[in-house]
Amino acid sequence: MKIIVNGEEKEAKQEASVAEFVSTLGFDPETVVVELDGQILNRTEYAERHLKEGCELELIRFIGGG
Amino acid sequence: MLTIAGKTFSSRLFTGTGKFSSANVMRQALLASESEMVTVALRRIDLNDPEDDIMQVLDRTKFFFLPNTAGARNANEAVRLAKLSRASGGGNWVKLEVTPDPRTLLPDPVDTLLAAEELVKDGFIVLPYINADPILALRLQDVGTAAVMPLAAPIGTNRGLITRYQIEIIITQAQVPVVVDAGLGAPSHAALAMEMGADAVLVNTAIAVAGDPVQMANAFRLGVIAGREAFLAGLGVANDEAQASSPQTGLDFIR
Repeated sequence: MKIIVNGEEKEAKQEASVAEFVSTLGFDPETVVVELDGQILNRTEYAERHLKEGCELELIRFIGGG
Repeated sequence: MLTIAGKTFSSRLFTGTGKFSSANVMRQALLASESEMVTVALRRIDLNDPEDDIMQVLDRTKFFFLPNTAGARNANEAVRLAKLSRASGGGNWVKLEVTPDPRTLLPDPVDTLLAAEELVKDGFIVLPYINADPILALRLQDVGTAAVMPLAAPIGTNRGLITRYQIEIIITQAQVPVVVDAGLGAPSHAALAMEMGADAVLVNTAIAVAGDPVQMANAFRLGVIAGREAFLAGLGVANDEAQASSPQTGLDFIR
C-alpha cells in the first residue's frame, strides 16, 4: 500500500506497525519522533499503531543545534 | 553547584551541538568542554541518511539533553516542537526559541512569553532565549520559567557581550538562574559574563567553527571557571585614577 512519509510517497506492507515501518527505512524507532495523520504518538504506541493506505507520517528526530 | 529546576550541574558551560564538521569532532569537543547540558534541535528526518543520528553519537547518561525550539517563528510552532520533543522521550525540558526573522534571529518577546506560559502550564521546564530585556526577564520568571537566557549578541555573530549593561540588570533582578546565550565568541567573553554573576553560559558557534574545536572547548571551560572564581572572589573596584600598588612612603632615602 502507498503512504506519505515526510511528504514523499512510499510503499508500506499492509497493516505494518509504525515501529516495523520505521525499522524498514533503516531508522531506530527509539530515536525517531512520529506524527501519524497529524497526531503525535508516544513511543509506547509505535508497536501498536498500524499504518493504513494513504496515511501520512512525519518522522522527526534530534539533530545538532544550539 | 548550579541548580535549575531542582537539577544540579557541576559545569556552568552549556554547549550547543550544531555546526560541527563531524559527529566525532562534536563528541570530542563536548567531552573537552566538560559540559553536562547540551542543546539539540528537532528536524524532519532525511529519509536517505539513516546514519545522521546524534543520539547514536552522544551518551545520554553523560550529557543532559536540552531540546530547543529553534526554527519556530511563532508561539504555536514553538509549542508544537516542544510537545514533539517530549513525546520523543526528550524529557520535559525545553530551550524556548521563537525567532521570526531569519536575518537577525532575534527572539520575539511577545510570542516567547505566550509560549512560555502555555508550556509551563503543560508541565514543561522552560528556559527561554530572550533579548537582554530586564522587564521581559521578570515577566518570564513570573510565569514560572526555570531560568532566563538573555543573548550577549545575535546568534552566531561571535561579537561578545554587546548587551552587557542590560544583562547586569537582569542578573541583579533575577530570582531564577541567568544563562547568557548566543554571540559569545571567545573565552574572554564567557569569562566576563561569569565575572558579572551570570549563573552559566551557552556556547555553540564559537566552539564548533574554531580552528580546533576540541581545544577551544577546553578554552571555554577554563574561561567559565576563571570568571566564576573571580565573581565568587569579589572583583576590585574600578578607579579613574591610579592607585599605587607599592607604598608611597619610606622613600626618604632616595629623595
